[in-house]
Amino acid sequence: MTVILFLLIISLTIAAGGLWFFMWSLRSGQYDDMDGAANRILFDDPNDAPARKKIPARAVR
Amino acid sequence: MRPGAWPRSDFMSAAVSPIAGMPSTAFLGEPAEGSRPTVTAACAHCGSPVPTGQMYCCAGCASARDIIEGMGLGRYYAQRLLDAGSRALRPEPAERWDLARHIVAKPDGTKELTLAVDGLQCGACVWLIESVLAKEPAVTAGRVNMTTRRLRLGWNGTNDDADRLVGRIETLGYRLVPFDVPALAAARDRTGRMLMRSLAVAGFAAGNTMLISVGIWAGQGHVIDPIGPATMALLHWVSALIAMPAIAYAGRPFFASALAALRQRRTNMDVPVSLGVWLVTGLSLMETIQGRDHTYFDSAVTLLFFLLVGRVLDHRARGQARATAEQLLALRSADVAVLQPDGSIRRAGQEQVAEGDMVLVTSGERIGVDGILASGTAMLDTSLVTGESVPVEATAGTVVYAGTLNLGATLTIRTTATGGATLLAECVRLIEAAESRRGRFVVLADRVAQRYAPAVHLCALLTFLWWFFAMGAPAEQALLTASAVLIITCPCALALAVPAVQVIATSRLFRGGMLLKSPTALERLADVDTVVFDKTGTLTDPLPGLCGCPDPAALREAASIAVSSRHPLARALVSAAGSVVPAEGVVEHPGQGLAAGDVRLGSRAFCGVAEGMADGPEIWLCRPGQAPVRFRFDERPRLDAAEIVGRLRNMGLTVKLISGDRTEQVQRIADQLGIDDWQAGCNPVDKVAAIEALAKQGRKVLMVGDGINDSPALAAASVSASPATAADVSQTVADLVFQGTKLEPILIALRTARRAKSVMRQNLALSIGYNIAMVPLAAAGLVTPWLAAAAMSSSSLMVMVNSLRLNRDAKQ
Repeated sequence: MTVILFLLIISLTIAAGGLWFFMWSLRSGQYDDMDGAANRILFDDPNDAPARKKIPARAVR
Repeated sequence: MRPGAWPRSDFMSAAVSPIAGMPSTAFLGEPAEGSRPTVTAACAHCGSPVPTGQMYCCAGCASARDIIEGMGLGRYYAQRLLDAGSRALRPEPAERWDLARHIVAKPDGTKELTLAVDGLQCGACVWLIESVLAKEPAVTAGRVNMTTRRLRLGWNGTNDDADRLVGRIETLGYRLVPFDVPALAAARDRTGRMLMRSLAVAGFAAGNTMLISVGIWAGQGHVIDPIGPATMALLHWVSALIAMPAIAYAGRPFFASALAALRQRRTNMDVPVSLGVWLVTGLSLMETIQGRDHTYFDSAVTLLFFLLVGRVLDHRARGQARATAEQLLALRSADVAVLQPDGSIRRAGQEQVAEGDMVLVTSGERIGVDGILASGTAMLDTSLVTGESVPVEATAGTVVYAGTLNLGATLTIRTTATGGATLLAECVRLIEAAESRRGRFVVLADRVAQRYAPAVHLCALLTFLWWFFAMGAPAEQALLTASAVLIITCPCALALAVPAVQVIATSRLFRGGMLLKSPTALERLADVDTVVFDKTGTLTDPLPGLCGCPDPAALREAASIAVSSRHPLARALVSAAGSVVPAEGVVEHPGQGLAAGDVRLGSRAFCGVAEGMADGPEIWLCRPGQAPVRFRFDERPRLDAAEIVGRLRNMGLTVKLISGDRTEQVQRIADQLGIDDWQAGCNPVDKVAAIEALAKQGRKVLMVGDGINDSPALAAASVSASPATAADVSQTVADLVFQGTKLEPILIALRTARRAKSVMRQNLALSIGYNIAMVPLAAAGLVTPWLAAAAMSSSSLMVMVNSLRLNRDAKQ
């Protein structure tokens, strides 16, 4: 039954990864402006080159 | 303010566009249907009607479009079409703010400013503002939060740059007001994040322990071949290692609240929850150590997860309501123009004005300080302060109070009182006294918990005694059975019964423009049996109404001129006229009137009408070669006031009217609305006394009022409501703030509260019934871990589903 050990460890690691990812998204303010995020995707910027000045996502609380 | 406003779907921007404490656009009413033959085109910026051949309705719109096109942001006009209800704003001359004192210098040398944005309608607005700021080289951060309607602006440079940057946005028609994030809001933000983190941890642990538990249950030999004891022990230990840290982390909100209640020698719903969770965890740990099968880690974590879902939603719904209320207040607070000894004008916050300072108040502005009128005569609207509806004529030496609206020419006021000495401060003292007398309201859930917890613990004790003495079972087995009783009665559904309903009701009211600020307000609203109204601004329209229309053509002409002014009477005239085409070349003579070529609109003296005296608010229209036309204004009841009063009566409520206005005015409105129980000439103390007298008779009073003079009575009543046009202090005190021109929200709120309370009762009955049914099983020692998990989840789901019915009922 050592296979169950592997399974447990793998599944828990994946789940812990998901938890960490959620915590990171929460910390970086991605849940602060749900309405804005829903609208922003509608407006693409033709000058959206990678070199564009970045507006930090955490700018508004 | 955008005169001749279009109807808009978004209640925030429609109801919030007040300038310096003035009633907002929404109260102008919607323009009448149908436009006139000359109107064939729409303004290329704001979309309001313009005469044929013209592109723009005003110079502001022309320059706004110029700026937008000039920056290469012309796509804005296409993008805003994505949201059918939105229009560009017509730029208005904005009042200047003293921004410097709100600017925060960052350690890296940049400056930062948080502003409340008025006029946001859709994503295109956010895009436009951010794009304009991104084109400014100095700007390091410019991001609009659409949920909270706030702009955070960061830049490299001096404080003076702020004025330029803010001015840039204001030329586009948005209004920006400095917004200092109060300490309270920051604390709320922290609590929200803490709840979310707890929810994430509880969700992680619940999913994983449940998965492992399924393995344990299946491996016990009922379904498949039993698994070996070593594997079983491993699964139990893994569950324990996931669940215990998660419970310690995610349970903190409940443990803290339970401890706080116990310290005050009270009990609330969190006490049995915490106790249950700890007992279940402790027992499961013991079982695990001893290598036995009865572990309930999954039940404990799932319980926390369900409860945290309720907490998070509740926090969100109420946080949003509070943030909106704060936004309303921030947009209305205005700086004061202080006249310096050298004749220059300094804009300062109300709290920075010293005694003896001379303060300038322009026409249509609200007075920000208590003081004495230094010179000239003035027409003052004191309805927010005293409840007096007819504007009063004041001469030099008259005492004026903060909150009074200046209807006449620009005034100079010598400040006599600041801070604790003002009328406002006096009212705040009355509010505090009234609140301390009101006593604490114990919510339904806690009332139930007070009886439920002892009953459950008694049951567990009896079970133990029965098994130990009567059945002669070993102490360990008796203890296990007694614990099973505690586990099965763990008030999961009970604890969800009330919050689930509250979340749904609060967010429903929020969508309807009613902000429920207090968590207990819903239950207090449901118990109401008497509604006490204030008159001025509550039962009556905050904007004066035109008395009759002498000549429709004259009204249209007057309104086309009046559109250019922010004066309250001009705005009332525009709203009476319906759809309006702005006249060209209008010049405003502050405090006197407006002139468009030879046509004049304004006061009696301005229009050259010599004879007679004004007997109330009025505007004259004077055209060359024609007799002057007079427009008289008077207060009028809100559109649906009479209907709502009748419907409240039909619901079995007693309706009363208590006003600070004079007897004849109060009687007139009371007669119109069919209210036979009224009191006139009441000062704030009388109002509080009247409310408390009603309370002594055992009545549960809903007080609806808007004035500073109503605020102590609002605090004294068992629950209170204010329109969004109310004085700041009233809105702060009121449990419910409603927006719009109608009184219907009061009725909707009362109905929703009653429905919510009955669903709460059903939920409580359901969950208690469930527990009662399961207790005999537990006491008989028949409950196994999988049964406990099934019972707990299904009862919670049942309560949730029952609460959702509230939403469905509402839609019909």
